[in-house]
Amino acid sequence: MTPQDPDRLTVPPDGQPHSEQPRWRQDFPIEWAQDAYISRRDFTRFMVLTSLAFVVGQFAILFQNFLRRLGQPPRQEIAGIDELPPGGTRVFHYPDPRTPCILVRLGESAFVAYEQQCTHLACPVIPRPETGHLHCPCHEGLFDLFTGRPLAGPPRRPLARVRLELQGSKIYAVGVEEALA
Amino acid sequence: MPVSNDKAFFIDPGRCIGCQACVQACTECDTHKGQSMIQLDFIDPLNSPQTGPVVCMHCTSPTCAEVCPADAIKITDDGVVQTARKPRCIACNHCVLACPFGVPKMHTQMNLMMKCDMCYDRTSVDLKPMCASVCPSQALFYGTWDELEKLRPRSRPVNSFQFGRQVIHTRVQMMIPKDEPVGHVDVTAAMHQSTIGHNIFEDILLENMLLEETS
Repeated sequence: MTPQDPDRLTVPPDGQPHSEQPRWRQDFPIEWAQDAYISRRDFTRFMVLTSLAFVVGQFAILFQNFLRRLGQPPRQEIAGIDELPPGGTRVFHYPDPRTPCILVRLGESAFVAYEQQCTHLACPVIPRPETGHLHCPCHEGLFDLFTGRPLAGPPRRPLARVRLELQGSKIYAVGVEEALA
Repeated sequence: MPVSNDKAFFIDPGRCIGCQACVQACTECDTHKGQSMIQLDFIDPLNSPQTGPVVCMHCTSPTCAEVCPADAIKITDDGVVQTARKPRCIACNHCVLACPFGVPKMHTQMNLMMKCDMCYDRTSVDLKPMCASVCPSQALFYGTWDELEKLRPRSRPVNSFQFGRQVIHTRVQMMIPKDEPVGHVDVTAAMHQSTIGHNIFEDILLENMLLEETS
C-alpha cells in the first residue's frame, strides 16, 4: 500500500500519510476497495504459512505415533485360568481403564481377547461362544470369535485383538495388536 | 455504479418546517427494514419551534469507521459512508458514541447499527435520496452545484465542521448565509451561544402586559 494510492479516500486522524500509520490501521482500512484488496504478497504469505502449518502438523502426528509405540505396553493380570469355564467370558479394561475388552475362553487352554468396541460405531460387542461369533446389536454386525474378522453387517475392519500370555495359572494381557484393515 | 460526483447533498436547516416528510419517506425504504435513518431535531426546544433534519454527513475521515472494532463501517469510492455490514457489526455502540453528529442508531433487536447511507440504492442509479425527493421546502436538496447556485443565491455551502480540536470535512454540504465570513461551522462553540429564538413564555408575558396597558 503506497502513500500515493488512488484508492485511499480517508485521512487518518493525525493527518499523516497512510504509509506512516500503525500497522493495525493499514490492516483494517476504512475504504471499501481496500477492504476487499489482498496483495499478491499477502496471499503468497498466507499460502506458505498455511502449508507450513500443515507440514508441521503432519510431523507432529508422526512424532506422537512414534512416542506411543516406543513405550512398553503394560502387563496386566486379567484372571486365573480356573475362574473361567470353557466358553466363559469376562470383561476387563486394557490398556487404560477407559477401554473395555472381553476375554473368551474357547477351549481348555485357548483364550482370545478383543477390544469390545465394534469397529463400525463403537457399540460394545457381545460374545456368543456357542455360535463362534461376536455380535454387535446396534446394526447387526457380526465378527468371527476366533480371529476378530468382520463377517456380516456394517463393520469392515477386524476387532483389535489383545495379546495374551499364560503364565502358571494366570492370564495376562501384554499388548494390543493394531487392527489393520 | 458509484454515486455521481457532480451531484451533492445540501442541507439547509433554516428552510426546515418540521413537517416530518423526510422521516416518513425514509421509513418507507426497504433497505433498512422500515426504520427511519433521519432524525428531526428541535434546535432549541424551549425557545423555538425550529427543527433541523439530521442525516449522515458522510465525513471524508469518518469517526464511526475509525472507532469500529469490528471493521464493519466502510466508505465506498464515491465517498459515501455505508451503513454497518450486517455480518460484521457486533452492536458495540462505539460508532453511536463516537459520531460527532449523532447519526448512527443502534437497533438492539437486530443487534445491528444502521445509519443513513444517502439512499445508496437510489443515488447510485442517479435518483434523489428519499428525503430530498419529498422535502417540500427543499431543506434537504440533492442536485448539481449549478442548480444550487440558481436556487440559493443568498446562501453558500460549507462542508467543514469543528468539534473542539477535531475538524471534520464532509461530503454533505451545509448551507450558511453567503455574507457570513466563517470558513467552517464551529459546532461546540455554538453550544454556548445564546439561543436563536425568543423565549415563548417571555413573549406571552409581554403580550399580556401590552394587553393590560391598552385596556
